[in-house]
Amino acid sequence: MSQASISVRQAWWRNPWRKPRFLQALTWGYLAWSIMPVLIAVAFSFNAGRSRSAWQGFSFRWWVGDPTAAESLLYRPDLRTAMFQTVRLGVLTMLLAVPLGTLFAIGIDRWRGRGPGLANFTMLLSFVVPEIIVGVSLFLAFTFLLKFVTLGTTAQILGLVTYQMSYPVIVVRARLLSIGKEYEEAAMDLGAAPTQSVRRVLLPLLYPAIFASAVLVFADSIDDFITVRYLSSTASSEPLSVKIYDSARAAPPPSVNAAATFMLVVTLVAITIGFIVYRRVTRGERVEAAREFVGFQV
Amino acid sequence: MGSEAATAVPKARRRAGEGGGARISGVLYPRWYWPSFAGPATIWLVLLFVLPFYVVFAVAFGTSDLFGNALPVYQPWYWSGSTFTAILDRFYGGDAFYQPALVRTLVYVPAASLLCLILGYGVAYYVARHSGRRKGLYLVLLISPFWISYLMRIYAWQGLLQPDGLINRILTQLHVISSPVSWLQGRPTTVVLGLVYGYIPYMILPLFGFLDRIDQNLLEAGRDLGAGPFKTFVRVTLPLSRQAILAGMVIVALPMFGDYFTNDLLGSTKTSMYGNLIDNALSLPGGSPQAASLVLMLLVLLIVPLLYYLRSTKRAQEAL
Repeated sequence: MSQASISVRQAWWRNPWRKPRFLQALTWGYLAWSIMPVLIAVAFSFNAGRSRSAWQGFSFRWWVGDPTAAESLLYRPDLRTAMFQTVRLGVLTMLLAVPLGTLFAIGIDRWRGRGPGLANFTMLLSFVVPEIIVGVSLFLAFTFLLKFVTLGTTAQILGLVTYQMSYPVIVVRARLLSIGKEYEEAAMDLGAAPTQSVRRVLLPLLYPAIFASAVLVFADSIDDFITVRYLSSTASSEPLSVKIYDSARAAPPPSVNAAATFMLVVTLVAITIGFIVYRRVTRGERVEAAREFVGFQV
Repeated sequence: MGSEAATAVPKARRRAGEGGGARISGVLYPRWYWPSFAGPATIWLVLLFVLPFYVVFAVAFGTSDLFGNALPVYQPWYWSGSTFTAILDRFYGGDAFYQPALVRTLVYVPAASLLCLILGYGVAYYVARHSGRRKGLYLVLLISPFWISYLMRIYAWQGLLQPDGLINRILTQLHVISSPVSWLQGRPTTVVLGLVYGYIPYMILPLFGFLDRIDQNLLEAGRDLGAGPFKTFVRVTLPLSRQAILAGMVIVALPMFGDYFTNDLLGSTKTSMYGNLIDNALSLPGGSPQAASLVLMLLVLLIVPLLYYLRSTKRAQEAL
C-alpha cells in the first residue's frame, strides 16, 4: 500500500505532462495584479463621496454631476476642455501619421541602395529612444530654432506624429514582407501600370495592417503625455493625460478617475471598431492579429 | 524578386532595369518612384527628429545671456563645454548632488528589469506552452495593459497605496500591519515595483512570441533523449531564448532610464531618478542647457543597448 502511494507520488513528480500548477498560479496572480488596480480605479470614478479608497455608494456625480458644482468630468471646465483636446490630438495624429508611415514603409521596402537603410534606421531610432529624449529635443527645437511653430496643439501634433509614425512603418512593413511581390507582379503581367498595381493591388492587401496601425496610433496618442506635456503651452492645450499627471499628487477627486476611465473607454471603443473592421478585411485569412495590434515583435 | 518572371521578359527591358531603378516583372520604375513614397516621412524625420537633435547639441554647448536665458550656438566651432562639464561635475566632482539619482537609476532599472524577466518569463512560458485552447483569452489579457494608459495604471496604484488606501486598509484588517504604512514617501521598493508593473507587458509579449514559436520537436527530442522537464527547459528552451531575453530586457530598460513619472507618482525626491533630473532641469528658468546636457549624457549611456536593439529588430525583420 505504502509502496503504491510512493510510486504514485513519483509518477506525479516525474510525469512530464503534469499540469504546471506553480506557473498557472503565477500567471493568474500576475493577471490579477495587472488588471485589478485599474478596475478598482474605474470603480471609484462612480463613488458617491470624495474618496478614492472608501466606497460611499454609487453615483454618476463625478461623470455628469451637477453643472453648477462644476466638479464632474463633463462640467469641470478644465477637464471638459482636456477631453476634447485628447480626442482631437488622437484623431489628427492618426490622420497624419498613418499615411506618412504607410508610404514610408512601401518606399523603404522597394527602394534599393543606401538611402532606405539610413532612413529606416532613423525611423526605428525615433521609436526606441526613451520618449523623454524626443520630447525635450522637440521642445528645445520649437523654443529656439523653429520658432514659427508655437507650442500648443500644432507643436503637440507635430511631436506626436514624429513619435507615432513608426507604428505604421513597422506593422505595414512586416505585412509587406509577408505578402511578397507576387501579386503585384501578376497585376503587371496582366498589364497594370506601376501606379495602378500599387493602388489597386498592393494597398488593398495592406488594408489590415493599415487599420491595425491606425488603431495603435490613435490609442497611443491618446495615452501619450510625455511629448504632449512638454509641447503644451497653456492649460487649454493640455489633454486629459497631462491633467491626470498634474492633479495626481494633490489629493485628486474621483473626477480624475473618471477622466482616466474616459481615456480607457475611448481606447477600447477604438480598438473594438478597429478589430471588427480588421476581421472584416481579413476574412478567411490566417492572420497574426496580435502582432499587428501590438506593433512590435510578438 | 521573382526570378522566373524576370527571365520571361525580353532582354532589352531587362537591361533597362539594371540601371539601379527597382524593377518588378521587367517594368522599370523611374529612379525617383520608390524614394518618393518614403520622401514625405523622411523629410518629416529630418526636420522634426534629426534637426531637433542638433538643437539639443546647440543648446547644451551654447551660452547664456545676462538673465540666464539659454542662447543656442549652431556653429560647432563656437561650442563651449562649460555647461556640460558643470553637469559632469555634479555627477562626479566635488559638488556631486546629481550622483544619487544616477546611482539609483543604475540600481532600480536593472533590478526592475530583472524582476520583469523572472516574472514575465514564467507567465510567457505558461501561456505559450500550457494555456491550451484558452490561449486567445490569455493573450487578450496579456495585451490589455497596452491599451490602458501607463499613467492610468500608475495612478491606480497611487490610489491604492495612499495612507488611507485599500492596501493599507486590507493589511490592517488582516493584522499584518498595525498602523498605515506610508508607501509613497520615497520607498525604493514601491518605485521599483511600480516600474515592474508599468513595463512588464513589454517584456512578456516578445517572450511569448518567441516561446510560442519554438519547435515542439526540439523539446520532444530533448525528452526522448532522457531529459526531464526541468532539464529540457534548462538545456533546450532557455538557451534558445537567450536572444529574446536580451531583447526583452533592452525593451523594458530603455524607457525606464528616461522614466520620471513613476517616481513622481509613487516616490519622492528620496527616490528620484535620472529622468527626474531632466524634467526638473527643464522646468527651471534657464535650465534648458542643463536639460540638453543631461539628455546627451543619457544618450551616451544608452547608445550600446539602443544599437543592440535596433540590430536585433532588423534581424527579426529579415528573418520574416
